[in-house]
Amino acid sequence: MHELPVTQSILEIALRHAEQANAKRITDIYLVIGQLSSIVDESVQFYWEIIAKGTIAEDAKLHFERIPAKILCLDCNQEYAPGDELVCPNCEGMHVKVIAGEEFRMDAIDVE
Amino acid sequence: MSQRVSVVENILNANDRLAQENRQRLDTAGVFSLNLMASPGAGKTSLIEQTLPRLAKKLRVAVIDGDIATSIDADRAAAAGAQAAIQINTGGECHLDAVMLQQALNQLDLSQFDLLIVENVGNLVCPASFALGTHKSVLVASVPEGDDKPYKYPGMYRGVDVLVINKIDLLPYIDFRMDYFRRGVKVLNADLVEFPLSCRTGEGLDAWVEWILGQSK
Repeated sequence: MHELPVTQSILEIALRHAEQANAKRITDIYLVIGQLSSIVDESVQFYWEIIAKGTIAEDAKLHFERIPAKILCLDCNQEYAPGDELVCPNCEGMHVKVIAGEEFRMDAIDVE
Repeated sequence: MSQRVSVVENILNANDRLAQENRQRLDTAGVFSLNLMASPGAGKTSLIEQTLPRLAKKLRVAVIDGDIATSIDADRAAAAGAQAAIQINTGGECHLDAVMLQQALNQLDLSQFDLLIVENVGNLVCPASFALGTHKSVLVASVPEGDDKPYKYPGMYRGVDVLVINKIDLLPYIDFRMDYFRRGVKVLNADLVEFPLSCRTGEGLDAWVEWILGQSK
């Protein structure tokens, strides 16, 4: 899958913000990943250990906050967690909107 | 001393910014652009082969082909009448990204074209996450893949503007429940523009070509 370029982006963003803060070391990286983003934590972790080597983020711990998917039915206004299908369990409406679960961002880093 | 630094940045931000630059270049040159995505074997290249002769003398078309290896697809596009056909070999990467498209655009004089067709790497997962900057995303589904694909690959079906359903000439021979397929598609993407067609028989291709002509005006 595409975890390698994603992990490179994570490193690039973390290093850029650490440099702006004049940090010597990045200790923690806080990632927010929605359930609907097709990213595998273990795979990011695997690549991380290879590509962060030799940088100030080498020993940083990656924290993955997973956000469950939440759907809003535009027909009956019901909010629900999707099952195998996205169809509204309340009214079987097909007119739905994803309101959570697509997150894919870095919220913060801890530096020294 | 430990310090918390607020970041709040989308992880694919760099790609998205480059995609916007690509879009601006295409807009400035007046080139309408499509990003064709599909599983391997759905018929992306066949669709291009069938589309180009129908656009001949109406639009000047460039094709950019993404594949892990070989220039087979770009060669087929050139043979079908593309005024330019550029192959990007991703070297194992499972999708095109905005950087790869930018590098391919650098090889084209965009003022010479009206339409750019980008053929993404055959894959129903990764290309959906990486914006290229193209105007419309087109998913080429084909009926032999099975009617459960919208349920299994929701990210791809949600992110596109147009759905081509290819190989409809095979419908009598396979168990493909169009109702079930469409139900899965509708809940993911109610506004999807749909073109059922067959690249083998030519059925349905006129409507697809008319749509391209209408969009690229």
